[in-house]
Amino acid sequence: MNHNEVHPMDRLIRADRMPHIWCPGCGLGTNFTCFLEALNQSGLDPDKNVIVSGIGCTGRVPGYTNIDSYHTTHGRAIPFATGLKLANPELTVTVFSGDGDLFAIGGNHFIHAARRNIDLKIICVNNFNYGMTGGQFGCTTPLGAKTTTSPYGNYEHPFNLVQMAAASGAVYVARWTSLHVRRLTNSIKETFAKKGFTFIEIISPCPVSFGRRNKLGEGLDEMKYYQENSVIKHGIDPNEADLNLNGKIIVGKFIDIDKPTFLDNQPKLQTPD
Amino acid sequence: MSHDPAIRTGEHFLNGDEACAEGALACGCRFFAGYPITPATEIAETMSRRLPEVGGVYIQMEDELASMNAILGASSAGVKAMTSTSGPGFSLMMENIGLGIMMEIPCVVVNIQRGGPSTGLPTMVGQQDMMQARWGSHGDYEMIALCPWSPQEMFDFAIRAFNLSEKYRIPVLIMADEVVGHMTEKVVIPPKEEIIRLYRKKPQVPSNEYIMYETNGSLVPPMANAGDGYKVITTGLTHNEQGYPDMTAEAHEKLITRLCNKILLNKADIVEVEERELSDAEVVVVAYGSPARSAVLAIKKAREQGIKAGLLRLRTVWPFPEAEILKLAKQAKTIIVPEINKGQIVREIERCAKGNCEVILISKLALIHTPDEILEVIKNRRL
Repeated sequence: MNHNEVHPMDRLIRADRMPHIWCPGCGLGTNFTCFLEALNQSGLDPDKNVIVSGIGCTGRVPGYTNIDSYHTTHGRAIPFATGLKLANPELTVTVFSGDGDLFAIGGNHFIHAARRNIDLKIICVNNFNYGMTGGQFGCTTPLGAKTTTSPYGNYEHPFNLVQMAAASGAVYVARWTSLHVRRLTNSIKETFAKKGFTFIEIISPCPVSFGRRNKLGEGLDEMKYYQENSVIKHGIDPNEADLNLNGKIIVGKFIDIDKPTFLDNQPKLQTPD
Repeated sequence: MSHDPAIRTGEHFLNGDEACAEGALACGCRFFAGYPITPATEIAETMSRRLPEVGGVYIQMEDELASMNAILGASSAGVKAMTSTSGPGFSLMMENIGLGIMMEIPCVVVNIQRGGPSTGLPTMVGQQDMMQARWGSHGDYEMIALCPWSPQEMFDFAIRAFNLSEKYRIPVLIMADEVVGHMTEKVVIPPKEEIIRLYRKKPQVPSNEYIMYETNGSLVPPMANAGDGYKVITTGLTHNEQGYPDMTAEAHEKLITRLCNKILLNKADIVEVEERELSDAEVVVVAYGSPARSAVLAIKKAREQGIKAGLLRLRTVWPFPEAEILKLAKQAKTIIVPEINKGQIVREIERCAKGNCEVILISKLALIHTPDEILEVIKNRRL
């Protein structure tokens, strides 16, 4: 390896922390790159960008990002990020975390931050299971899917995350897969430019845990599946964007509205000293 | 002297909760996140009214897990932040008090104690969370907890709590009780220039030389805030000086030892006790919070009856005043400990007394002890 080589994203990566911990075929590397590319293209000052996560495979993203980064407790990234944003409105605050972190243990925080329209950029990597602990079912696991704690097939109904985000009040809601690098990057860029609580779900392969137990093949096979089964439907009711184990994946931008944020609405009696 | 709307210099008639909020504002607190709970709600109410007047932010969170995280986030962005609660909420805050300890984020948590466990006795007094304050979050750590006994001290200790938290980069607890929170008394708010207001030490090096948890021989690293350009990296995982996760026994030993030592080795600065009539005392009441008020009259009455009684009031409970208790145990024949619980701090006193004197607990639940109840025990002691 030539140590003098400079990667175009080096200024935004903590290169001394490589190699990362993610498994072969995992979608996180691609998702992470889309975030960095969006940040790079946005022209925003990296020093005024903060990234916050909870716990899990996706929760490790901030630790590799060369901007202010906070790897908090399980489920609590959103309230931590809420404090950061409200204390210093100059900051662009992204929460980059997984489905279990944001919607199971952290679900209550998600719906309330969306309701308040806190100006946070939420990126949720949905791999349909708890990867870090070896692949247990969670609140997004499709009915019938096998995991280490659903050996006979999952018998709980999953959340439709985009529907929940829209219903809770998010001003921007989109879903892409790890295959849609250009569209995902553009979507993240759009949320950087948008004021308010934004939500992007990334459907992402977990071949070592979820994929293996559900015979979805290697990471590449999952990408092929995304290619063949993704249907772009901008503007549809997120209610109709349910996911299931072997069905079509509806992607696109579903919600893009404007409304005052928490900070816009709070009483202004005096400017800070 | 310019008028500062955050500091209401003068004499006021305030309850303890309101005084606590005013103390926080006077010390520069500009962010409050909380969830309504009896008997701490007046702190949130005062903050919701006062913070917009001084350019601060009040946010009512969905629960106490979120409240605790929100203040950690706000403090990470450089703004002094506080939350307040009582037992049930304090239990929920434990998770992220641990995060604050691990990431070394200054903030203040106020617990106006009521009766527990569970929903318990919301409107009546308790001191039942004293050990939870010390050990409630998982893992090993040292804690700072202050115990006010009056609305004036609610004001003063709010300031002291912020100053200690900024100095040592740790969440600091104000362990008050319902009586102190709801009692209304005279509170004197001094002029701005007389109020000491500390702020965390900031990095003195350029951002490319900044190492997140490098202490340079001190025990407390300088703290960069989000947005300062220092590329903060921090995690609740065990980490090295760079702030990077480090899953080794060596890194864990080094980090946890420093987190404990930064408090233990600074006990002389942190621990405060108040002594009354101790020089010749043979029987000593050791108390904190509202029972200490009854103890003042109890020792006065005992002195009037010729008993050499004194009072040691713990203004700081954690870290525990070990040396002060040992010294007292060697001097006195009996230590009497009135607590509004089944005996929590009395265990620490027994540990520190090392058998040098008799230690008697006066346990009472949901009510403060009357002076006569304490006096009776003083009079009826065996030694």
